[in-house]
Amino acid sequence: MPADVSESAPAPAAPATRRARRGVRRGDGLWPWAFVLPLLAGVGVFYIWPILQTAFYSFTTWGVFGGFKWSGLDNYGRLFTDPQLYRSLLNTLIYTAVVLLGVPIAAWLASLLNTPGLRFAQFYRVLFFLPYVAMPAAVALVWRMIFNGDYGILNWALSLFGIPGPSWVNTPGFALAAVSVVGLWSSLGFSMIVLAAGLKNIPPELYEAAELDGASRFRQFRSITLPLLAPSVFFVVVVTTIASFQLFDLLYALLGNHNAVLPKTMSLVYYFYSAGFVENDKGFAAAIAMVIFVLIGLVTLLQFRLQRRWAGNA
Amino acid sequence: MPRARRRQSHALIHLVLGVGGLIMAFPFLWQIVMSLSTNAEVQSVTPTFWPEHLQWQNYAAVFQRLPFLSQLWTSVLITVIRTLAQIVLCTLAGYAFARMRFRGRAVLLGLVLSILLVPSQAYLISQYQIVQNLGWLNTLAGIVAPGLFSAYGTFLMRTAFLNLPAELEEAARIDGSGPLRTFWSVLLPVVRPSISVLAISAVLWSWNELLWPLVVSTRATQMPLSAALATLAGDVTVNYPVLMAASLLAMAPILILFILLQRRVIDGLASSGLK
Repeated sequence: MPADVSESAPAPAAPATRRARRGVRRGDGLWPWAFVLPLLAGVGVFYIWPILQTAFYSFTTWGVFGGFKWSGLDNYGRLFTDPQLYRSLLNTLIYTAVVLLGVPIAAWLASLLNTPGLRFAQFYRVLFFLPYVAMPAAVALVWRMIFNGDYGILNWALSLFGIPGPSWVNTPGFALAAVSVVGLWSSLGFSMIVLAAGLKNIPPELYEAAELDGASRFRQFRSITLPLLAPSVFFVVVVTTIASFQLFDLLYALLGNHNAVLPKTMSLVYYFYSAGFVENDKGFAAAIAMVIFVLIGLVTLLQFRLQRRWAGNA
Repeated sequence: MPRARRRQSHALIHLVLGVGGLIMAFPFLWQIVMSLSTNAEVQSVTPTFWPEHLQWQNYAAVFQRLPFLSQLWTSVLITVIRTLAQIVLCTLAGYAFARMRFRGRAVLLGLVLSILLVPSQAYLISQYQIVQNLGWLNTLAGIVAPGLFSAYGTFLMRTAFLNLPAELEEAARIDGSGPLRTFWSVLLPVVRPSISVLAISAVLWSWNELLWPLVVSTRATQMPLSAALATLAGDVTVNYPVLMAASLLAMAPILILFILLQRRVIDGLASSGLK
């Protein structure tokens, strides 16, 4: 079936001999359209149009029966005076900060992993990467058991030191801490592997030359490792931040959807989900979506600005 | 460095990486232990590190007590259909955007790539409505639809085709093969590594995705595993060991695939940086 699909897609035949160099300069007739239209149609219907529509919806209010009316900036007015927005934003930022703490840890582990002649390196790579590929909804269920207040293994371990552990996922501050730790756990391997690849690309001759010039270990780190690794660090930070800003799966699966701590612990995306699909307040949810969109845009922009100054190459 | 000292420092490195790796693997190991315990053992205050009798029937219970098979089937179908569709559509479009000339190419490419900067929440509500209007809520078509098309995949494949030398097409043309043939038997084989990166990320993302299936499917038998497990999370009537067994089984296909193709998966994802 897959072979049929791919062979039949470009079927509308056009003169066969024109393409390559000469054809490229003159244009390729209808061929390119046969190649791009299936994708463009889907992207248009399921992405471009919905984005525009959501932007429009953010200025409307929805009734119980599905009709909507234009309400101008009402949603935004309501949103910006809603403490829940700021709470959710703060939670998202805290989560992101904790997950980003993983980047220096990952860099350290990556440098250990790159030790020449280290045995089992591939085995360690697999171990650290495992949480990244595992289904968030499934791993969250184990973590839920580990964090259980009455019989979780974490509180048992704490009790060995005489520390009474809380009911993690049912206590506001601790629930966010628990979610953040799981987020850190699941993204660490990815950062580590990217940074290890970045470190491997630094030519060893640079260090040898620096050694000959009598540069100290710290000096080598500052003048060779840091600048040459900066693009990888940048990449990891951007990817991790954008993913963290969209925290939903772990939170939903770790806390459950009826948890009483949710209002104090929810992320921006959870806030969006709960407004749009639990409260059925579609216009308001669209406004939250626009805020998330703008925030992620700003973060991306800021990071690219920083990169230009700090990594030197765009 | 003298050999003895080197061995000593390697031992330290193994210690750090070993302990770190154990922390990474611990939840999975603990899950296996819990899945083979009784409900009472799971809920005992002093953890049962090894169950008295291995409760293999917990795995059988997954299939008896939960609509696991139909959910598994849904997950498999979603993943296979989306992955194949993405490979076909993104490869074709990526090729045209990279190596063909047509009016509006730059604008259309920009439009497709701009989606990469937009978080999924910005189109979710409207996608939901489209699927609802089509009468596709709680259907496979509804869950699958938006994920057939990927801006990321188009970007990936376009880059792959851009990096090919023009001589390749020229040689094929001189040998007298038409555009379709050139594309199929000359260029496609060369970009195979990128196609496998695309396939890996499509499989992973499709299998693990939660938010979209959660909003379009409310009927347990129509849900993929990710949504089903997340829905069960707060359900107190579920037996914990059975839940652990179910979530292990839900992850198993991907984890097995990952372990079989580890090098390719890790390098592919690390160089592309999806998620």
